[in-house]
Amino acid sequence: MNVPIGEETVPNEVFTLKDVSVYYGKNLAVEKVNLPVYENQITALIGPSGCGKSTILRSLNRMNDLIPGAKVTGEVLYHGQDVYGADVDPVQVRKVIGMVFQKPNPFPKSIYDNIAFGPQTLGMKGNMDDIVEQALVGAALWDEVKDRLKDNAFGMSGGQQQRLCIARAIAVQPDVILMDEPCSALDPVSTFKIEDLMNELKKDYTIVIVTHNMQQAARVADRTAFFTVVSDDEAGSRVGTLVEHDNTDKIFSSPANEKTLDYVTGRFG
Amino acid sequence: MSDSFSQLPGRAKFAAAGAGLAVQNQFKSQGSRGNGPSIVFSALMLLALTIAITAIIAILAWAFFEGRTRLDMDLIFNGPSTVNKATAGYSVAILGTLQIVGGVIALIVPLGAGAALYLEQFADKSRWWNRLIELNIQNLAGVPSIVFGILGLAFFVRAPFNLGLVAAAGSATIALLVLPTVILASREAIKAVPPSILEGSLALGATRWQAVWRQVLPAAAPGMLTGVILAVSRAIGEAAPLLLVGALTFVTFAPNFFEGGYSALPVLIYNYAGRPQEEFQILAAAGVLLMLAVLIVINSFAIWLRARYERSW
Repeated sequence: MNVPIGEETVPNEVFTLKDVSVYYGKNLAVEKVNLPVYENQITALIGPSGCGKSTILRSLNRMNDLIPGAKVTGEVLYHGQDVYGADVDPVQVRKVIGMVFQKPNPFPKSIYDNIAFGPQTLGMKGNMDDIVEQALVGAALWDEVKDRLKDNAFGMSGGQQQRLCIARAIAVQPDVILMDEPCSALDPVSTFKIEDLMNELKKDYTIVIVTHNMQQAARVADRTAFFTVVSDDEAGSRVGTLVEHDNTDKIFSSPANEKTLDYVTGRFG
Repeated sequence: MSDSFSQLPGRAKFAAAGAGLAVQNQFKSQGSRGNGPSIVFSALMLLALTIAITAIIAILAWAFFEGRTRLDMDLIFNGPSTVNKATAGYSVAILGTLQIVGGVIALIVPLGAGAALYLEQFADKSRWWNRLIELNIQNLAGVPSIVFGILGLAFFVRAPFNLGLVAAAGSATIALLVLPTVILASREAIKAVPPSILEGSLALGATRWQAVWRQVLPAAAPGMLTGVILAVSRAIGEAAPLLLVGALTFVTFAPNFFEGGYSALPVLIYNYAGRPQEEFQILAAAGVLLMLAVLIVINSFAIWLRARYERSW
């Protein structure tokens, strides 16, 4: 097991991936990933297109179940329990493991209703106005929208929409937040705000983020996992693999693997 | 939009396109739509539009000119009569049509929405029976209405439903007739809701049913209503199938939905128009305008409902 250097205690492992492979139909998309995710840290998954980083992310809360033919082998342990276990309900998994998507996807409703939908659906107790306010404060959006909670969420800027999606995710009080390239559709200022927000959020949540942007990983992540894609031209297959994972500093300064160094220095990918 | 479009019959294609657009408009970001079509193409489209509108206006103008002397209250409040030619009206037929349309709406909204939701959200498309259902719905949209009349006669009027020649049988028959259009339009409306809405709901821990019921369905509702509006327009004007399931022309009493004879506006218009006397010709023309008025009243309600749905976001 990797013990982060310079830490006195080993943080709890929220996720432990053991030999996780994901298939789409008969095609192997990602092969044998072994990866720990630690509590209250930001773990970044980086790598070139097609390396399977999003696929791995979506296997953590069983969003892959929605794709017909997707199959996961190996063990995705969440606090020691396999989320793909026979008696596990994917709906329960997604309640504790929230997700923010690449493109902001607010519901076509008011800002208030966007936040309230999750808590209402899950039957959460408490004053809904308070829940909504808390979530918006948590996503650093409250001051910008408190006077127009009844307005359509589509009237917000892209960055605000994405923070609304983050607020929506934390409103149901998850344990983990998965982010699938949350800033790829945003301008630099909005990106900066969200990165700032992530640093705040990791005090209460464990965050796993997929990013195309290496600088982003270097800025926000405590740990970074580098994936790459192995092409077999004869078989015509492209399979993603995990090259290495370590503290972000280490990955960007002195990675163990040559491929990682090539990627982070911009020589490849 | 979907490539299955080209196989649809004309009316259904129109309905499906309208339903899809109604939903997509809400998700569309602002910005230009690219280069406009060339001037020649615009002119051609304008010409086509002009011809279509001119035809409608011509029909309306004729009906107004012919029937102008009978646009009075008798038209609405008096029943049909062959004796009092000058004061005969449509009261019984208006009630019959309202009952039929009410029944049609009550049947097609849950059935159409349910079938469309099943096909779009729950059906496994790799299964042959689901593909068979899809194909059949598309084909049914193109079946002539008289065939549905025969079906209604055999199925609703006689065994197994055994309703008799009543307005309920007319409702059920017309509902079957317009159901494919409603399903196709509703499917387009559901398809136009971005999958990210469903994903976003599921990622919050909602069940598939909760996500569909509380997010996808409301988002698709305006488009579905477009389908219903078109279906109702058609239901009001259909005469052929009703002739087979008992829309008698000269009932002089208000119809009961489940008992006794009934009449409908298009059937009575047809009957009046077939009579040689001048008065009935005039009455038929006035009836056309009356039918349009009823149609506009019912559809305005649906359009108001649709607008309300769109605004409440």
